[in-house]
Amino acid sequence: GKKNYKADGHPSGGVGVPGGGAVGGGGGGAVKTRKPDNTAFKQQRLPAWQPILTAGTVLPAFFIIGLIFIPIGIGIFVTSNNIREYEIDYTGTEPSSPCNKCLNVSWDSTPPCTCTINFTLEHSFESNVFMYYGLSNFYQNHRRYVKSRDDSQLNGDNSSLLNPSKECEPYRTNEDKPIAPCGAIANSMFNDTLELYRIDNDTRTPITLIKKGIAWWTDKNVKFRNPTGDGNNLTALFQGTTKPVNWPKPVYMLDSEPDNNGFINEDFIVWMRTAALPTFRKLYRLIERKNNLQPTLQAGKYSLDIAYNYPVHSFDGRKRMILSTISWMGGKNPFLGIAYITVGSICFFLGVVLLIIHHKYGNRNTSADIPN
Amino acid sequence: NRFPQHGHYVPQKFADNRIISSKYTVWNFVPKNLFEQFRRVANFYFLIIFLVQLMIDTPTSPITSGLPLFFVITVTAIKQGYEDWLRHKADNEVNGAPVYVVRSGGLVKTRSKNIRVGDIVRVAKDETFPVDLVLLSSDRVDGSCHVTTASLDGETNLKTHVAVPETAVLQSVANLDKLVAVIECQQPEADLYRTADVYMLRLFLFRPLGPESLLLRGARLKNTKEIFGVAVYTGMETKMALNYKSKSQKRSAVEKSMNSFLIIYLIILLFEAILSTILKYAWQAEEKWDEPWYNEKTEHERNSSKVIFISDFLAFLVLYNFIIPISLYVTVEMQKFLGSFFIGWDLDLYHEETNQRAQVNTSDLNEELGQVEYVFTDKTGTLTENEMQFRECSINGIKYQEVNGKLTPEGFPEDSPDGNRHEEELFLKAVCLCHTVQINADQTDGADGPWHANGITAPLEYYASSPDEKALVEAASRGICFYFLILKDRTIVKINAVYKLLHVLEFDPNRRRMSVIVESPSGEKLLFTKGAESSILPRSKSGEIDKTRIHVDEFALKGLRTLCVAYRRFTPEEYQEIGKRLHEARTALQQREERLADVFNFIERDLELLGATGVEDKLQEKVQETIEALRLAGIKVWVLTGDKHETAVSVSLSCGHFHRTMNILELVQHKSDSTCAEQLRHTGTKSIFLSLNRIKEDHVIQHGLVVDGTSLSLALREHEKLFMEVCKNCSAVLCCRMAPLQKAKVVRLLKTSPEKPITLAIGDGANDVSMIQEAHVGIGIMGKEGRQAVRNSDYAIARFKFLSKLLFVHGHFYYIRIATLVQYFFYKNVCFITPQFLYQFFCLFSQQTLYDSVYLTLYNICFTSLPVLIYSLFEQHVHPHVLQSKPVLYRDISKNAHLGFKPFLYWTILGFFHAFVFFYGSYLLMGEDTSLLGNGQMFGNWTFGTLVFTVMVITVTMKMALETHFWTWINHFVTWGSIVFYFIFSLSMKLPFLHTQDMYFVFVQLLSSGSAWFAIILIVVACLFIDVVKKVLYRHLQPTSTEKAQIRFASSVKKVVLESFHHSCVSYVIFTIPQPFLEFWVSPVDSVFQHSRHQCQVWK
Repeated sequence: GKKNYKADGHPSGGVGVPGGGAVGGGGGGAVKTRKPDNTAFKQQRLPAWQPILTAGTVLPAFFIIGLIFIPIGIGIFVTSNNIREYEIDYTGTEPSSPCNKCLNVSWDSTPPCTCTINFTLEHSFESNVFMYYGLSNFYQNHRRYVKSRDDSQLNGDNSSLLNPSKECEPYRTNEDKPIAPCGAIANSMFNDTLELYRIDNDTRTPITLIKKGIAWWTDKNVKFRNPTGDGNNLTALFQGTTKPVNWPKPVYMLDSEPDNNGFINEDFIVWMRTAALPTFRKLYRLIERKNNLQPTLQAGKYSLDIAYNYPVHSFDGRKRMILSTISWMGGKNPFLGIAYITVGSICFFLGVVLLIIHHKYGNRNTSADIPN
Repeated sequence: NRFPQHGHYVPQKFADNRIISSKYTVWNFVPKNLFEQFRRVANFYFLIIFLVQLMIDTPTSPITSGLPLFFVITVTAIKQGYEDWLRHKADNEVNGAPVYVVRSGGLVKTRSKNIRVGDIVRVAKDETFPVDLVLLSSDRVDGSCHVTTASLDGETNLKTHVAVPETAVLQSVANLDKLVAVIECQQPEADLYRTADVYMLRLFLFRPLGPESLLLRGARLKNTKEIFGVAVYTGMETKMALNYKSKSQKRSAVEKSMNSFLIIYLIILLFEAILSTILKYAWQAEEKWDEPWYNEKTEHERNSSKVIFISDFLAFLVLYNFIIPISLYVTVEMQKFLGSFFIGWDLDLYHEETNQRAQVNTSDLNEELGQVEYVFTDKTGTLTENEMQFRECSINGIKYQEVNGKLTPEGFPEDSPDGNRHEEELFLKAVCLCHTVQINADQTDGADGPWHANGITAPLEYYASSPDEKALVEAASRGICFYFLILKDRTIVKINAVYKLLHVLEFDPNRRRMSVIVESPSGEKLLFTKGAESSILPRSKSGEIDKTRIHVDEFALKGLRTLCVAYRRFTPEEYQEIGKRLHEARTALQQREERLADVFNFIERDLELLGATGVEDKLQEKVQETIEALRLAGIKVWVLTGDKHETAVSVSLSCGHFHRTMNILELVQHKSDSTCAEQLRHTGTKSIFLSLNRIKEDHVIQHGLVVDGTSLSLALREHEKLFMEVCKNCSAVLCCRMAPLQKAKVVRLLKTSPEKPITLAIGDGANDVSMIQEAHVGIGIMGKEGRQAVRNSDYAIARFKFLSKLLFVHGHFYYIRIATLVQYFFYKNVCFITPQFLYQFFCLFSQQTLYDSVYLTLYNICFTSLPVLIYSLFEQHVHPHVLQSKPVLYRDISKNAHLGFKPFLYWTILGFFHAFVFFYGSYLLMGEDTSLLGNGQMFGNWTFGTLVFTVMVITVTMKMALETHFWTWINHFVTWGSIVFYFIFSLSMKLPFLHTQDMYFVFVQLLSSGSAWFAIILIVVACLFIDVVKKVLYRHLQPTSTEKAQIRFASSVKKVVLESFHHSCVSYVIFTIPQPFLEFWVSPVDSVFQHSRHQCQVWK
């Protein structure tokens, strides 16, 4: 019979890889239609939202942003301004400073050099007060410093306790004994002692400083753990290790309370969270408000007793003590509020500019013809 | 190389019949693929970085660059592996195909790959040949068979092959099994059309074999029950396999600018690293910074500190290395690979009649489609249908026309003068005899075909390699010719006369003619020649040469394709000599082609001119519109054709390439250098003068230039610059009488001119291949002249008119997509790494990283990779209809506009600006390092880095969102999904088993701070609103046509939407309804658009 050669002999176009393809398709038979599917996806016709950024579309957005940001900014600014903050630099570089005598202390000076700074609070601190110490020019973010720790050791891993990570060098071992906690961070732990007294008619009333709750809960309870073993005697658990070189006493003698001793000592944990910038604060103590009748710290005279152990003079460092109340958004920080007000105002201003542009050019554009 | 026939051949001497198109095997995949991937500069760079990290103490762990590198390498390897797997599959299918081989006295079924050289293979009807075979015998007595080579070169005509005469009788397996012979053949060679020299020696009988006995692998047996052949070339030595050649790599303009951006960023990287190193040493000069008591060096560090300058530099290099976007290449590759599917899927590029969809042979050039400045197009088969219709002829100086299937002389009454009868007959004989047309009819039944029964009635189909021939023979069959002649095997059968075909002098493009030598029933030896008038007329010595020339020109003016027909009578002596020479040339071992050409020239001379034919070639549909659109898009169209000057001009006029109002400059028929130069100068000054005028007058005078091949070669030899100058001032150029290589030369000339324009060549025939390969983008038309052009092209389409959608829509989209992709990649890496650089100023250049290494690792491969990829696949900044109906928009992206210096600078500065805002915003938030938490506790350095990183991920993702104009659900999904994924991932850092990580609970702590939330929102808004303002201002003050089109389209849609709400005061409504609410129509815009176009007219 006759064969439909037109179909059969049709160039089997592009069936195979071009140039590869090998032998053509099967002989005879109807030619399969190669018509592409008419689906929205293949025809690039998926339903889509097609926004265009024109003055008309962004105008309301700008006004809305302006209208939202400015009040937020004002709110934040006011909140920040309501925060009481008092800061004392007790480095003692000025000869007049009471701490000037301690400027060149070394780590192991016994008894510690002490000094007292008197100050006056003009306004009372109504809510809970947070006591910080601040260091300047101290590069806790130096790479060699940041990595100089062993997190497994700090987590109570017994093998790491006796064999700390290499990262801790040169603070890994001392006299062939592993250092616990090892590393530069631990070794340089801040060890000034700050005490606060209220001076009322020449009587010094000590203010209770709470030393718990200054570290992140997860750090205290998960990330940092004392080594485990028989009994709860920390001295025994840290057997075989030695104290960091600069420390006056070993880690298991940081505090008298067992749940704040060893690696889970909160002062230690706070110190171990390295700061981002060379000027930083670390939370030192909390002063809780006792009752609703009295402010936490009344306006008046106070004195700060410092056991000055921490040398910062060699690297032009500064030491500060900060008393601050806290709002929901943290400490005093005018930046955020000002930034919100600024950005909001600019947005609002640009909204006005765009409105003008929109009225002036908007019509022209939509009606203008594209030259052909 | 000699070898004995089957039985005692040496198998290891030849390749087996396995076809291997795959690049890898299971064993060598890993090393070979890795090697190839690392040859890429970017990959190699990251490998070096990785090795540096392994060797020296660097701030980041090797994982941070190792993992992304591994990811990139793996994705690429998977893609390449998949492609190779497809090839393996195809190979296996071919290699495993069953074949029948004569072995040990019987037919044995085996697999294709087992065929060895010397095996006798049986092939049945409609099967393809598994190897290159020498035809031994067929089921026919004369040992002939028909094949079609459609899958090799796309030629669908039937070709006759003949068996070795001595073995033609061996039609049974038993006989063949006893055959002992030796075949001597050349080393394998790739050219499909070059005749392979094969010799057969059998029992001291020496027999040269021509290509007519060689059956090529891949061809298909037709009309013949079965054949036997002996395998001569197997496996990778077959012609088909040798034609696998990998195409030369074309690189797109975008890729080039991408590489220069890479270099700029490399310089920035080096600068940052060097600056950091210097500053580090400046700080270190002081003991108190270098080694304060709290941070002492190890003994080792102290000792090596003087020689680690290099190591410090390398460490900074590692720290900042992410400024070079590691995943750029892999994303670009994926985008191109996946994106190119849309071309093949496009219904608008599908041609119903021929059942062809667009075909993408390389996805590397998608965006180049949006950059075309010059289009070089072939005429026949590209602008025209290549469907020839016989219209007119001139016989012995008298014009005839085909009227109702009858040939009527022009200007004479119905009854033609008898005086011309003899010439008429001879002319028609010539037309009927001188061709290589095959008819298609089922003739397997034996010698008697339908035509023997006096049957012109049966509609026959003709298969011809040249459409002209087909048209002529078809015309003959319509009864214009009294004779019906067909070529049957070796004899030309006429109803009442039998002509014996003695020789065919095949057509070749250089000679531009073909001839047959036949023996008439009366025993006369005749030569019939037909070919281009330029190749026939000079060789004619008698006949109505002048009149014919005039007629030919007249035909050409009507746009007809002309052929001249001539003949020559041989004396017996002459014929003998010719026969001898032909034989010598055909059997020559060396330089056979040259010698054949000599002999052909010797034979085809002293011709008697019979007349000329005029064949019409219909224009393809919408050619005029397409050319007009190309011109509107600022693309210059050059038509390069082999046709006559007059034909070419008339077709150019009819297809709108030349306008009637155009000032046409001609540069034709120059024989010498000097006249050509003079003419050029003349036209040059004229055109320059006119173009100066053009600027003054608003009314545009356009110029067209016509050049022919000879003048062109003269012009190019000495006056290239002048010629180019003239060409550039012409809006349309037509080159006629072009040889294939000249076409390529013209393309190369334009390509290498100082402006370095992007060229596109489009053609359908083998003669366009060189041009297609030369141009930046080569497009093949799936036409009638085989698939050579398609196979060598980068893209193939069925019709010329599809070019407009391919360029204006696909090209435009791909360009926008990839340009934004590239810019965005650099931008996001600047954002990524600059805060890290800034942080060094606050940490004594100690190379402390700002981000945790997990973030460093995943930033590019997880957090920011998908939105940009999806954008680059789906973005449509303007509706496709608008793009296609307004070709002007194409000008907006010409000259690589989106990847120029300015946009690059803008993106880079934006990146740095954003990075500064991220970093200093976070820095100021920390301020004097006050607490950000409600419980007074403090953050550390990791929280700071995480804050910067969070702001960055959100901003960078939102920046992509700002760039996106086409929000499908996929875009929504990946954009918001990326941010959500980042948060989920970061929150997972609180999982208990990660407690020894630096990042443990950091993110949760950050999010528990109200200030941090407010800061994140503020910084993101502050970063983006400046960009938004810039976009809006530019759109309103300096809108591009594309942006105008966007607004127009949007407002036209909007009006329709509004229309349904309010019937009155629409203009009022447009101003009062807040615009954003109107932007929220989520609808298949198409339907609205169709509607809206209608509406627009009403509204005007």
